[in-house]
Amino acid sequence: MKCDNCNKNATVHLTEIKGGKKIEKHLCEQCAAQNEGLPVKSHMPINELLTNFVMAHSGLQKETGTGCDQCGITWAEFRQSGLLGCANDYQVFEKDLTPLLQRAHEGMTHHVGKVPTRRGGSGVPMKRQVDLTRLRKELAKAVEAEDYERAAKLRDQIRQAENG
Amino acid sequence: MKLSDLTNHAGEWLRGNGPMSEIVISSRIRLARNVNGFPFLTRCTRHQRQALEHKVRDTILAADLSPEVLYVDLDNAPEMDRQLLVERHLISKPHAGAEGARGVAVAENETLSVMVNEEDHLRIQCLRSGLQLEEAWEQINKVDDRLESALDWSFHPRFGYLTACPTNVGTGIRVSVMLHLPALKLTGEIEKLFRAAKDMRLAVRGLYGEGTEATGDFYQISNQTTLGKPEDEIISDFKHAIVPKIIEWEQHARRTLRDDRTVQLDDKVGRAVGLLRSARLIASEETLLLLSHLRMGVHLGRVKDIDLRTINELFLLTQPAHLQRIQGRKLEGDVRRAVRADYIRQKLGVS
Ligand SMILES: [Zn+2]
Ligand SMILES: [Zn+2]
Repeated sequence: MKCDNCNKNATVHLTEIKGGKKIEKHLCEQCAAQNEGLPVKSHMPINELLTNFVMAHSGLQKETGTGCDQCGITWAEFRQSGLLGCANDYQVFEKDLTPLLQRAHEGMTHHVGKVPTRRGGSGVPMKRQVDLTRLRKELAKAVEAEDYERAAKLRDQIRQAENG
Repeated sequence: MKLSDLTNHAGEWLRGNGPMSEIVISSRIRLARNVNGFPFLTRCTRHQRQALEHKVRDTILAADLSPEVLYVDLDNAPEMDRQLLVERHLISKPHAGAEGARGVAVAENETLSVMVNEEDHLRIQCLRSGLQLEEAWEQINKVDDRLESALDWSFHPRFGYLTACPTNVGTGIRVSVMLHLPALKLTGEIEKLFRAAKDMRLAVRGLYGEGTEATGDFYQISNQTTLGKPEDEIISDFKHAIVPKIIEWEQHARRTLRDDRTVQLDDKVGRAVGLLRSARLIASEETLLLLSHLRMGVHLGRVKDIDLRTINELFLLTQPAHLQRIQGRKLEGDVRRAVRADYIRQKLGVS
């Protein structure tokens, strides 16, 4: 859809009530910003943003790779929908996903935060593994920042986690 | 508990009694989770989708999350019921309109809802009145623990909780606050909010989430980064940095209106009261806009005989599905607008 004012793509869609009548406006971001300061609808939905990003970088991706052997999705199909097919895809497309994740998550590529305490039947103790990775990363940061008090504390925590 | 029990009052989160509730309508935390052994939903067969829905529903009902849990099978629910759940913020618009086996569990006075087979296998949500993000996190964290003891979450040491869309991967958390910002809009300063949100990598949405308009001067602010930042840090940023800043702007704008632009303010508020108390036909968008101005007028002491709670309830109960449920019949066009106008006049004490 084109902007009502200029030829750019309309990404902001406004509904205004004037004299009991509904008036719809479709504007690009720049024109919306000048519209009494009232851009209303959300910015581009995340999925759209992602898809556009992946499209823009399609030259970098191999068009014909093999897909996931569990759900069958290919990279091209993911690009179309913005949705992955199964948990295995994070492994299969790890290399292609990384720049995309960095862009979507302020440059971050590794999980920090809550970890499930158990994994159903598999019984793998996830928590310790991830805590250790995180603590080691924080320790490296603390040393780099010459925050030795914090570094000492972290070293103790790592030792404790390794033994527990 | 039945769906019809919900209709005649507003949910806990709309009671208008939470901290900072004159500006912060509600606080919401949502967690995206997927169950090991099933593909994500776009790759599920019909049979897998059904099996998953059964498994998750049975788990939720057995998990003893609250004394009363309402589970709605959305695949077999009438359209109006689904619309009602959207209006109450218990399910998303896409979940209401989707096809195939899917549902929602509602518990704890509507502060907790779990969507089953939405974009991810589970979307757990806690919704609280006013600024109560830490309380919402405490509640949802427990629910997640409880469900995790029976369901095996898809989790990867590097990527965290795995989600269908890579923009949610990691913590799978979305923290949002619904803000009522009529003064920033009236003074033309709302751009500040959009600029700040862009700088802080936050999304701004309307009253009913992704792709909806900020009707009635409601703005929903939420995080976009879910990887590499722990839950408590995201929540703390909202509580201590982001929300206080926006509240300060809105309060300043309200004071400016009250002290320096009194006539303009009273005109806006007076027109809102006048129209709401005398209109005979009124559309839902216009209602939201007028209620918004009225709400600000009540907060600034320009209107004395109406309370915030009545207005909060009107925001919800004048929505199409609620109005029709209260009347007990399908309403369309001018009939619906007439019923809405009558209902508002009655609630605002005009016979
Ligand atoms: Zn334009
Ligand atoms: Zn797969």
